[in-house]
Amino acid sequence: MVTVNLDSPPGRETLRGISPRGTAAVSNGKAFSQLTIWMLAVRDQRDRAAFSALFDHLAPRLKGFVIRSGASSALAEEIVQDVMLTIWRKASQFDPHRAQASAWIYQIARNRHIDIVRKEHRPVPDELGEDPGLEPDASQILGLEQEAEQLKLAIQQLQPDQKEMIEKAYLGELTHQEISSRTGLPLGTVKSRIRLGLGRLRKELKGLR
Amino acid sequence: MPAITHHIPDAMIAAYAAGSLPHAFAMVVASHLSYCRDCQAALGAHQSAGGALLETAQSEELSPGMKASVMAMLDEPAMPEPVYDARGIYPGPVMQALKGGAPRWRTLGMGVKQNILYEGDGGSARLLYIPAGQAVPDHSHNGLELTLVLQGSFSDETGRFGVGDVEIGDEDLEHTPVADAGDPCICLAATDAPLRFNALMPRLLQPLFRI
Ligand SMILES: [Zn+2]
Repeated sequence: MVTVNLDSPPGRETLRGISPRGTAAVSNGKAFSQLTIWMLAVRDQRDRAAFSALFDHLAPRLKGFVIRSGASSALAEEIVQDVMLTIWRKASQFDPHRAQASAWIYQIARNRHIDIVRKEHRPVPDELGEDPGLEPDASQILGLEQEAEQLKLAIQQLQPDQKEMIEKAYLGELTHQEISSRTGLPLGTVKSRIRLGLGRLRKELKGLR
Repeated sequence: MPAITHHIPDAMIAAYAAGSLPHAFAMVVASHLSYCRDCQAALGAHQSAGGALLETAQSEELSPGMKASVMAMLDEPAMPEPVYDARGIYPGPVMQALKGGAPRWRTLGMGVKQNILYEGDGGSARLLYIPAGQAVPDHSHNGLELTLVLQGSFSDETGRFGVGDVEIGDEDLEHTPVADAGDPCICLAATDAPLRFNALMPRLLQPLFRI
């Protein structure tokens, strides 16, 4: 398994966009997730071996995820193929400071699913760029990765019916009225708390510099 | 960046991420997100939740040969997708609906103009042009309506709406929006109700049109 340790970054190419100062700020032995490392290798080196590993890890999960939304096996595979190719082609847009690899891939998967089924092009927001005054650094990446870990734990601890409701919401099977009227969205609380905490942490770090 | 005080409700941002919002509403949400860092952070949080669900999903076996065919396609040139950047007062999602062109206004009377951007099963979206000081007459809602200000501002009983602000109206909202002094107010409005008026409406009925 490839691991990237922030104490000994393997090179600027792999960790593009991470300032040396940011690297130092979090040099406490924490490493990026495997998914992020593969994505960075695909993005920066166009690394086919990394893409192949990413495929093996992701494609079967993606297929399972899409099937949960009621798609047939054939449609699910069409979507998975499309999503995997989109990941390869749009890898340059992946920025771990802004979104975890899994979050970025989730949005691609939903967008491609809708584009394929509805034959409509999904409207996507303009990029706003970094919050002025908040320099991108590795602590942001690690903060997002921690968020992802906590979310995964939270999901694993859900009751089966709660998990089903959450899945329905994020697989596009609930209207926004249903989402707001169901109490079955405990993730709502978890995620915002983490996200707000992250923003505050960043501001505090900035104040220390 | 405008100071935004009226945002998209969180459940609607979750539905946008998941793709369950009707197209016309998705257009307004994506346009608001083009102005609003707070709502982009909320979207990011929902994408993270979706990503965590994806990572914990039960795997399904793939057809043999599928991986090989994807690997073989990596070098194929991708079909170029049109990219619509923001232009002037119009954010990218509006430029996409305008297919990169300028709005083609149709007069509705009393200086009010519209350009229908989208009409489909799930609703419709249009640009509205309201001259300063002009009230939108007999304003009532049938279903849900989202109105995002792109230029100027309007005010009603519930408050003032400037660039980037979204007003969410339903059957229960009774109000009389008036475009504020200054530049004409240009809005992106989406509704899930059928369109109630169009440019072919007889002139006599125009003062009664409902938005
Ligand atoms: Zn907002």
